[in-house]
Amino acid sequence: MIYLTRKAEFSAAHYYHKPEWTPEENQRVFGKCANLNGHGHNYTLEVTVAGEVDAVTGFVIDLKLLKDILSREVLDDFDHRHLNKEVPEFLTLQPTTENLAVAIWKRLDSKLHAVKLHRVRLYELPDLFVDYYGE
Amino acid sequence: MKVYLTRRYPFSASHRLHNAALSDAVNRETYGKCNNPHGHGHNYFLEVTVSGPLAPETGMVCDLEALDSTITGEILNRFDHQNLNQLQDFGAIVPTTENLTIRIHQILRQTPLPAHLESIRVEETANNSFEFAGIGQPRR
Repeated sequence: MIYLTRKAEFSAAHYYHKPEWTPEENQRVFGKCANLNGHGHNYTLEVTVAGEVDAVTGFVIDLKLLKDILSREVLDDFDHRHLNKEVPEFLTLQPTTENLAVAIWKRLDSKLHAVKLHRVRLYELPDLFVDYYGE
Repeated sequence: MKVYLTRRYPFSASHRLHNAALSDAVNRETYGKCNNPHGHGHNYFLEVTVSGPLAPETGMVCDLEALDSTITGEILNRFDHQNLNQLQDFGAIVPTTENLTIRIHQILRQTPLPAHLESIRVEETANNSFEFAGIGQPRR
């Protein structure tokens, strides 16, 4: 088994807000992330797939194919978007880095056939990242 | 559902690698320039990985401010801008970054954290880093 990691970046806006909570509760739990005008991040996504090396090509997966899947399934929808307002998963779910990583896993898992999705790592900041292994 | 969250913190400290049970010559041979009697220092980076299910209300593994304040109180205030050799944490234990990583894990294992402690990683320089997960294995 060999592991391949492809990195991609996207930039997006979000905020954290629960409409059923009072403004004070939102502020207490989410702090400055509760500002309804939103704020943004440059996210760095690392997608790791696992598989066997193909005897003919020497590839675990064709990188161009993986790049195209990442673009089509994730980046085209997330990059330069407002996550709360434009990405279906987050119309009701908080677009935390945790929920983003899980949503990205769900989008990618069914689209990878010859390899197994091993890990989705998402950096919100250089000093804060989340890992999801589909468990 | 289990999600892993990693937070990275800088701290700076000095140390000298020297084992009093060994001769000066063996210390010099073993630790090289890290055995300099006056010590030297590093800008360390600590990575703390915690895990757990996502709270349905918040979509978060834990409250980051709570994690930050615990790590600041228990670890950064203890080690930042200190001479590691002078701390009770080490005593006869050589403050290699291996031992520092294990010590930080020991402290945090005994500290109430807002989510389950998975592993500790310490970068001594951009080229050297160490990971410890107690009896477990760091998740990769």
